[in-house]
Amino acid sequence: MSAVVEIKDLHVTFATDGDPVTAVDGVSLQVQPGEVLAIVGESGSGKTVTAKTILRLLPETATVDGAVILAGNDVVTLGAAQLRRVRGRDVAMVFQEPSAALNPVYPVGWQIAEGLRAHGTVSKKDARRQAIEVLDRVGIPDAQTRVDQYPHQFSGGQKQRIVIAMALVLGPKVIVADEPTTALDVTVQAEILDLLRRVRDEFGSSIVLITHNMGVVADLADRVAVMYRGKLVEQAGALELFARPQHPYTRALLAAVPRLQAHTSEPDGGPAAATAATGSEVLPVVTAEELEVVYPGRFGRSGFRAVNRVSLQIAPGEVLGLVGESGSGKTTIGRAIAGLTPATGGTLRVLGHEMVGFRERAFRPLRARLGFVFQDPATSFNPLLTIGDCVAEPLLVHGRFPDVNAARDRVHELLDAVHLPTQYAGRYPHELSGGQRQRASLARALALDPELLIADEPTSALDVSVQAKVLEVFAELQERLGFATLFISHDLAVVAMVADRVGVLYRGELVEEGTSDQVLGAPAHPYTQRLLASVPVPDPVAQKERRLALAELKG
Amino acid sequence: MSEPLLTESEPPGTIDETVVVHGTSAEPRWKKLPLIWQLRRSVGLQRGMLVAGLALCVFFILLAVFAPLIAPYSYNQLSGPDGNFPRQAPPSAEFLWGTTVGGYDVFSRVVWGARTALLVVVVAIVGSLFLGVLLGLVSGYLGGWLDRVLVTIADAIYAFPSLLLAIVLSIVISGGRASFLGGILAAGLSITVVFVPQYFRVVRAETVRLKAEPFVESARVIGTSTPRILGRHVLRNATRSLPLILTLNASEAILTLAGLGFLGFGINPTAGAEWGYDLNRAISDVASGIWWTGVFPGAAIVLLVLGVTLVGESLNDLSDPRLRIRRRVKGVLITSPPEPVTEGAPT
Repeated sequence: MSAVVEIKDLHVTFATDGDPVTAVDGVSLQVQPGEVLAIVGESGSGKTVTAKTILRLLPETATVDGAVILAGNDVVTLGAAQLRRVRGRDVAMVFQEPSAALNPVYPVGWQIAEGLRAHGTVSKKDARRQAIEVLDRVGIPDAQTRVDQYPHQFSGGQKQRIVIAMALVLGPKVIVADEPTTALDVTVQAEILDLLRRVRDEFGSSIVLITHNMGVVADLADRVAVMYRGKLVEQAGALELFARPQHPYTRALLAAVPRLQAHTSEPDGGPAAATAATGSEVLPVVTAEELEVVYPGRFGRSGFRAVNRVSLQIAPGEVLGLVGESGSGKTTIGRAIAGLTPATGGTLRVLGHEMVGFRERAFRPLRARLGFVFQDPATSFNPLLTIGDCVAEPLLVHGRFPDVNAARDRVHELLDAVHLPTQYAGRYPHELSGGQRQRASLARALALDPELLIADEPTSALDVSVQAKVLEVFAELQERLGFATLFISHDLAVVAMVADRVGVLYRGELVEEGTSDQVLGAPAHPYTQRLLASVPVPDPVAQKERRLALAELKG
Repeated sequence: MSEPLLTESEPPGTIDETVVVHGTSAEPRWKKLPLIWQLRRSVGLQRGMLVAGLALCVFFILLAVFAPLIAPYSYNQLSGPDGNFPRQAPPSAEFLWGTTVGGYDVFSRVVWGARTALLVVVVAIVGSLFLGVLLGLVSGYLGGWLDRVLVTIADAIYAFPSLLLAIVLSIVISGGRASFLGGILAAGLSITVVFVPQYFRVVRAETVRLKAEPFVESARVIGTSTPRILGRHVLRNATRSLPLILTLNASEAILTLAGLGFLGFGINPTAGAEWGYDLNRAISDVASGIWWTGVFPGAAIVLLVLGVTLVGESLNDLSDPRLRIRRRVKGVLITSPPEPVTEGAPT
């Protein structure tokens, strides 16, 4: 059995405005027929560049050295015409963002047939027949009629199925899947992973799976290659890698993955329990009753109801985790509490101020008692101000200090609290890594000692190891300063780590709420059960059992 | 998380393509100034364009500043110590580029004309820049009916042929013909009216985009007042494409001024030298084989516009990461990756 793809001593260097950057440094890999090889690593580890080299999908600024043997051809040295023949027929690609990978102005059937047309002449009828066949095989119901529909008529998961169908239609030997499930919700992710498994079994294609999610790796991969800073640090069978990681980096990576079961909240529960003990006379920081948020519709269409009759409370010092899939309204609730999105119905009292129909001018003084951490650390800082200026901004706005220089000590104190060196105050946001920026963002949110912190997916843009550090800093500060927190996340394991209580949102409604042990340990609502069962765990053996359990749950 | 291997293992942030960040905190401030930053970063053809454009512009600026020293005669001088200048005299040692039908020295008129052209450019750009940026910021950030009204007005101005608008305004402001300063103001302001909508639209579009950026929202969550958000967070980030429009508008301003002068709505020849007027007077010369009265002012217009446009186009390419040419890695591969950076990040 010879390898389908053989990468020999691959080096890829990018020309940049600064010094050239070596993204891949001496990587050698083999992909066997019918095998799922997962390349894992953090952002910037070179995993995507390595995999894209198999198709030679690299920008002009890249310089490639080494050999990538695909079905007897060295892709690195192929001419343009030969390369076109290889792409699609020998190797195909599944992209991360299915809505961006499909052309919105053509029917999906046409787009699938595009691959067939690129490799020889096919009649219209024949192309259509093949498109329907492949759509059927990737699990698009009613493929006969849906083949003529446009991408926007499909859901995110279905779009990813269509992208996979496009990759499959020419029967390639290898499919490169670049983070194929990252843009999808966990319940959809589980379905796509099932599909990819079937692709391997039924079509016999090898799959090169690029991912940072160890759960996905455990679910699907036969063999795992771990990359770190452009180098291949470890390569092993999936079972063996998870059971006995050899390289210290792999071990650290696995240790950093938050695990659903690993929720160890101390029974005494810290400040939340303390307030609960003192009785109910303590006013909650946030009270929502029958809260509704409706986004206005356009031109006579009815508005979109993002949040529907949600009632919740956050007591002082308590961490409420809010989980749900995209579109469930979790972020909207956070934004409504912060006064970024107007609440339209019910009541929402934040720090004693009614937010339904609120006026910015009246609410402004209360903003000093509220902090917000945004999802994307790359854009939540003004790129032209230094970190010190950004952290000092709330202090200046609320008149605590006359200017930046006067606030310097406080800024240093804050940076120190989030474990950033104080000299980072003089740096610009782009000079910090994502995790460092997110910690700086936390420092900014806590600058005024707020009573309430809203954290909107604060770690979803980060790598697991960095996420662990940010969560650790958050937990430490929360314990020390005792602020109440609304922690919004789609990642159940992360919520399990930090939250005292958890609310589960589904299509704008709060379907379940309770202590995190209760909700995550013994979920009552069927949606919560399905959500929990869909999360892949970073352990191939346990994940196999969970997979079967999920299949049973679906019936 | 005591594992040291992991704590700083992330690469430095990759920069969002929508945000241009000039340099790092480690670099001195002057190196981050526009033009200088671009000049240092550019390579190949883009650098050639930028350098050529800058050289042309600097040449004309020097010409304008030192016009009294360079030009042998004044722009409205018709006679020397030896009596009246000859009319339509061919180039000679006394009159380097010959004389016009009115008896003016062509070389002196062209040199003095640079001063007029640059002054008009400055007046036009300063006026339209301030007005356009201010309106764009307020309109884009506040939105609502104010925004709708301003956008409609800007669209209406777009619909007018800009030269017609400039003519109307120059008549309104100065009655068609005017003194040097009056003529410059008339030309400059009439160009301003044409350009304000451009700045307005660009800044407004940027503001609308920035309004939804998390860093502006985070300023709102903090409780920052609207003027402070606009001044500190939006304005500085909204101006990244302004140098580009500025240069492109400068070349358009020169052409509009020349057009006004050519049509007879420019500056009186006794009040100031103006290339468009000279071209107009040269029309009848062309048929009689007198080439020097038309070629030199015409070439001056072409070269100045070319210089400014070259600067603008290369700035446009350099500001876009997808168009910017980088130095290629030459042959040798670097075997070890550069230090796991927390210092200066690659842009």
